[in-house]
Amino acid sequence: MFDRRFVQYFDWGLLGLILLIGLLGLVTLYSAVTSATPTPQKTLYFKQMIWYCAGMTGMVFSFSINYKSLYRWSLAIYAVCILLLIYVLIMGKYIGGARRWLILGPVSIQPSELIKIAVIISLARYYSKHANPRGFTLSELLTPFMLTIIPFMLIVKQPDLGTAMVLVLIAGAMTVFVKIERRSLLCIITVCTITGPLVWFLLKGYQKKRILTFINPDRDPLGAGYHIIQSKIAIGSGMIFGKGFLKGTQNALSFLPEQHTDFIFSVLAEEWGFVGSVFILFLFLVLIIWGLNIAYKCRDPFGTILAVGATAMIFWQVFINVGMAMGLMPIVGVTLPFISYGGSSIVSIMICVGLLMSISMRRFLFE
Amino acid sequence: MGKYLKTSDTDWYKQRLIKVMICVAGAFFILLLRLFYLQVIQGQELRRLSENNCIRLQSTDPSRGMIFDRNGTLLVDNRPAFDLSIILKDAKPVDRTIEKLAKLIDVPVSELMKKLKHGKGVSSYKPILLKQDIGRDALAAVEVQKFDLPGIVVNVKARRHYINRQSAAHLIGYLSEINSDELKSGKYPECKGGDFIGKFGVEKVFEPFLKGKRGGRQVEVNVMGQVVKVLKTVDAQPGQNIYLTIDHILQEKAEALLEDVAGAVVAMDPETGNILVMASSPSFDQNAFVDGMSHKQWRSLISNPLRPMANKAIQGEYPPASTFKIITAIAGLEEGVIDGNTTMHCPGYYKYGNRIYRCWRRGGHGSVNILKALSQSCDVFFYQVGQKLGVDKLAFYAKACGLGSATGINLENEAGGLIPTASWKKRRTGIAWQGGETLSVAIGQSYDLATPLQMLVLTSALANGGTRYKPLILKSVKTADGDIVIQNKRQVIDKLPASKKTLAIVKKGLWEVVHNPKGTGRIAYIKGIDISGKTGTAQVVGRKNNPDLSEKDLPDHFKAHAWFVAYAPSVDPQIAVAVLVEHGEHGSSAAAPIAREIIRTYLEKDKYNGA
Repeated sequence: MFDRRFVQYFDWGLLGLILLIGLLGLVTLYSAVTSATPTPQKTLYFKQMIWYCAGMTGMVFSFSINYKSLYRWSLAIYAVCILLLIYVLIMGKYIGGARRWLILGPVSIQPSELIKIAVIISLARYYSKHANPRGFTLSELLTPFMLTIIPFMLIVKQPDLGTAMVLVLIAGAMTVFVKIERRSLLCIITVCTITGPLVWFLLKGYQKKRILTFINPDRDPLGAGYHIIQSKIAIGSGMIFGKGFLKGTQNALSFLPEQHTDFIFSVLAEEWGFVGSVFILFLFLVLIIWGLNIAYKCRDPFGTILAVGATAMIFWQVFINVGMAMGLMPIVGVTLPFISYGGSSIVSIMICVGLLMSISMRRFLFE
Repeated sequence: MGKYLKTSDTDWYKQRLIKVMICVAGAFFILLLRLFYLQVIQGQELRRLSENNCIRLQSTDPSRGMIFDRNGTLLVDNRPAFDLSIILKDAKPVDRTIEKLAKLIDVPVSELMKKLKHGKGVSSYKPILLKQDIGRDALAAVEVQKFDLPGIVVNVKARRHYINRQSAAHLIGYLSEINSDELKSGKYPECKGGDFIGKFGVEKVFEPFLKGKRGGRQVEVNVMGQVVKVLKTVDAQPGQNIYLTIDHILQEKAEALLEDVAGAVVAMDPETGNILVMASSPSFDQNAFVDGMSHKQWRSLISNPLRPMANKAIQGEYPPASTFKIITAIAGLEEGVIDGNTTMHCPGYYKYGNRIYRCWRRGGHGSVNILKALSQSCDVFFYQVGQKLGVDKLAFYAKACGLGSATGINLENEAGGLIPTASWKKRRTGIAWQGGETLSVAIGQSYDLATPLQMLVLTSALANGGTRYKPLILKSVKTADGDIVIQNKRQVIDKLPASKKTLAIVKKGLWEVVHNPKGTGRIAYIKGIDISGKTGTAQVVGRKNNPDLSEKDLPDHFKAHAWFVAYAPSVDPQIAVAVLVEHGEHGSSAAAPIAREIIRTYLEKDKYNGA
């Protein structure tokens, strides 16, 4: 089964890129978990290394299978992930006010991370099968809509707004990529602009308040608004060259909430300054362009759309996470790929990268 | 080319991918601009704010709702207390600051150091509590020396204040500091260590109304940790005020009457179920719980044999004794075992099998009908009624009258009492029911157990013509501005299992208890107030083991419990009362006078209400 061409055509550049980002992530995480008083959570750091290994395994697995066979398996993968989501809603462990985790022995996983990949594969299958230059009409978009809305509702129910939002954005990006037919697009926009205010009118007072706070964290100065201020102070105080490794003070005082997951970018920006932040953003940009280039070079529609989807997932998470830390976006729990702490997030991102590698490598292999 | 795109060789995808790449580059450019703005343009200012972690969050506690009685008399409020805390990061050098402070407030340094050690692991930017509720003098001293005490913060905190020491302590309950188990339980998501929560009684049950909502403010502090600027404020929302159904004056009267004894008094309005009095003796000082109690104080409270921490009105289970004869009478009349005219002979004892069951009156009551049996509490009459009914019929009526299960009052740990049946005993002990036991059960002894509240609900139902109302303690809930949030409504539990005719006979019997010169409750008679009632004397040790021992010779803790249940006026009743005095010997002598005084005070309330 092993083919020498695997070595020859393997996307070494992509591997090097994610190893570099991953390494920077570990360094940042080390700072985030060690200088956090009162109790350094060093175990988190070692756990994260183990998760990287698990992620690597997931990556090797996903690039070693031929992505074309995913075309056939997409429905089964999707169904399994949906079942896991339903299971977690009923039986999942309740942590921090949400049912997201599925406990499998010593590890806990979030099916909501896996469903993102399942949706990407299913949409890639549907869109590649029906793609045409005039774009998709409303009736043709019904299936993709259903494929997205079902897991979306299940994730909102957990509740995990961040992941649900990312899921919709990925699906949206893929749909826009394969083009929406002009009249259908107009129709969608009109319906949205009309129903938006109508729905707003129907919402109850406290629901409106929650949405307004979500959009503008300043309305909640004791919660999200305070987090945003602290995060902005942390980032800004890094100035041009940063305070240096382990010298971040905002982080050290555990003023930043969730500094090892959602707000890890603040830690990074404080310690490495503008120079370091631009560097890491640049690496992410290269990674994303690299993924799009794989789509560009791929010769079959399924592979192209799959690569676009996988890249969209990385893009949105980077954009939302960094934007949130800088106060550009509402505060939602979205992880920064390769850098935030979190097993399921690492594994799902690595699987995405594996898919990209698989597509990249197989453009040379003819059947 | 067909309708569908088959391969990506077409330039179509490639063109679109170029556009996607441009969009991505644009998005990253936005991030870059923002980063530049924060780190380069605003960098200096944000660095300054970060140096001392100037922006901090301070929470403001809501004021807890107050508690009033039915007439709006304030029972519980909040008073200001001054707490001292230290913020380590600002308090450099810590040792010298602590020493200075110790001198000022006259507390040994070691005690403050102990608190510091306790607070280890807390972020150095978070205040550690040093001393709660320092007096006004100490406060003045600290305020004057403020600039020599870096990092020392004085917080004004509202403290719960129970105005009438020990009054209605069991009903109102108390607040105390949340403990770590409660914090971990997840039942108090908004609480943090050091918060006070309701732990007992009304304070606990109505916590959601009383607690209010925490507020806070974002502040900028200087190097000394002092606030220089308030950035944003969210006001705390005060808790809602609670109006109880109890009457404060009547409550204090009941407590005065119970002063030297252990026992309980409960009273309610028979037409609504509103509890007017709920007193349990001995009581405890609720303020001691708020101030923090030493281990020793706590131990002495819970090891006191008179059980001051138990609300005997709802938790105390006692044999209902002769008050149970109300039920035996109802059962006998309803089942046709007796009627209004049935007479029996009481020679002072009743022979069942080869055992002698005594009447409380050695000489006997002679010829007895139901009225005389109730008013003079003839045991022999009810032995025979009970024997004819059988234990399970008796149990059926007792349960239908509300005994054997909790009344459902909105307080924790209400006891349900016990009503035995033949199958219950078989299940419980493995021994079959003995016929003789039925005789004891018929006069409320043996396994029968009831709480004063259960007997009160039964008495009220009798008084109002047969409806059992759920006992209520909450009259209304109002916002701090006085808007009504909740107004209570009477709730029917069910009807007594008795016809109008039966009720009329039993009520006549109870009237005679007080009005007949030979009635056992004659002592409760007051001219001008028409009281009906029933006495009860619950034996603690069986009389059969030492039949010749007179009650007077028994040691105190073997003396019988005294019961009296009553309502007044007999027609159109306004109040029902149940009194239990532990080891009070006779219902007539120990309990009836208390019930009488409660009724008198309540019916003459216009006098004290300033008419």
